Amino acid sequence: MSKVHVSTTVNGEPVEFLADTRDTLLDSLRDSLGLTGTKEGCGTGDCGACSVTVDGTLVCSCLMLGVEAQGKKIETIEGMANGAELHPLQRKFIEHAALQCGFCTPGILVASKALLEKNNNPTEEQVRYWLAGNLCRCTGYDKIIRAVMDAAAEMRGAA
Amino acid sequence: MSVSALLTPWFQRRCVSFVLVCGSTIALWVDLHLTFGQRKCIHKEHRFQKLQGICMNYHSPSSFADAARIAAQATGITRYLAGGTDVLVQMRAGAVTPDDIIDIKNIAGVHDISRTADGGFVIGAAVSGAQMGAHADLCAAWPGVVEGIELVGSTQVQGRATLTGNLCNGSPAADSVPGLVAAGAVAQVVNASGTRDVPIEDIPAGPGRANLAKGDVIASITLPARATGGGDAYMRFTPRTEMDIAVVGCSISLTVDGDTITSARVALGAVAPTVVLVPTAADAIIGTSLDDAAIDALVAAVTAAAKPISDKRGSAEFRKDVVGVLAKRVAKKAYARAKGEAV
Repeated sequence: MSKVHVSTTVNGEPVEFLADTRDTLLDSLRDSLGLTGTKEGCGTGDCGACSVTVDGTLVCSCLMLGVEAQGKKIETIEGMANGAELHPLQRKFIEHAALQCGFCTPGILVASKALLEKNNNPTEEQVRYWLAGNLCRCTGYDKIIRAVMDAAAEMRGAA
Repeated sequence: MSVSALLTPWFQRRCVSFVLVCGSTIALWVDLHLTFGQRKCIHKEHRFQKLQGICMNYHSPSSFADAARIAAQATGITRYLAGGTDVLVQMRAGAVTPDDIIDIKNIAGVHDISRTADGGFVIGAAVSGAQMGAHADLCAAWPGVVEGIELVGSTQVQGRATLTGNLCNGSPAADSVPGLVAAGAVAQVVNASGTRDVPIEDIPAGPGRANLAKGDVIASITLPARATGGGDAYMRFTPRTEMDIAVVGCSISLTVDGDTITSARVALGAVAPTVVLVPTAADAIIGTSLDDAAIDALVAAVTAAAKPISDKRGSAEFRKDVVGVLAKRVAKKAYARAKGEAV
């Protein structure tokens, strides 16, 4: 069987790619579309490094087939900044030094953005539970949580 | 350094601790190396199969009848794809390499939670845990069922994982299944000859196995209408608060008339090869006001019904002990909910 032609929308732009039926969405994003901001950590849905949103729902792109993206709206880390202007979450992660190696950062930013779109005033506990599926092996979580809380406060003030 | 210095206990202890540290570092290195080595092999095999033109057929039928027909006609390994949070992990690990994968998510109504004429809930096979948690009426009627599915995985997994998938995956520790069994839920199983209703407790057959024939597919799960004076709850024991698998799980659904329990169903997870319904435990509390004697009888019944194994997450003795503790707490919570208290 030949590859499957998939038409989808990534970060607001219509795109098409050919997917081997066993490719995950993560494989398709990275290898077919060249969007390497989304990372592969575990490949089994434990670490959250591959987080993206599909029709507004936060998912692990390693736990979804590329062919399932047909007709969906995908948002990745590449769509987060507005040109050269960083998203408040991105800015706050830099200000709070909420990253070291940076491998988990795209996934955590995408997951945090999904939280703030659902709840613009989360408690620290809600942020910690929401991000329980995003593992960071260097920074520890304190600075990450502080950055998300600070970004949420700023975004509420600006709104 | 003199020979006598080498023989001092201090030096010997130093040597031992040095060897221990080196040993564990090497063990960790070997472990990581093997893990990544294995990954590479799986990727190589994937690429090799691609080169050979060996491929997985992806089907996206528009009805369950078509899905059942594709499965019945398939000659190789077949998997249904709903949330994919188990299937894709199994594919990645090389445990399952499907020849045909049947995505049921493009079938009309499969993402919907609808109501039956008598007030029950029909949960489509592709409804995610997140969707269930956001459904106010479902949360009010069956809080125990919702708290079960919401314990499965992370936020990301919740966006995709389904009740039907959790049931069909056949894990004895599946968090959403005891709640369904206690609720008296039924699955709508479709095959070439039509649709039949199967009680949830009859679906699990053993670890990783379900009592479903080739060509059978679950289209939805129906929860009955919540009776007046009804309440349910689910709790599990895990060493961590999030992202863990139940060492023991327990769900109880009951109804009360005044202070007296008039009906009950008790289901246990992770203490037998399948999730089990325990009628003796229900009998222990029916007709009582959940007094101390009734709770003692409930604890004795669930402890006797538990036939756990010992594994890395808990010994059989520990599980038998914990199942009693959980049953007691869950019964109190379900009883309070049945009486209209906010818990």
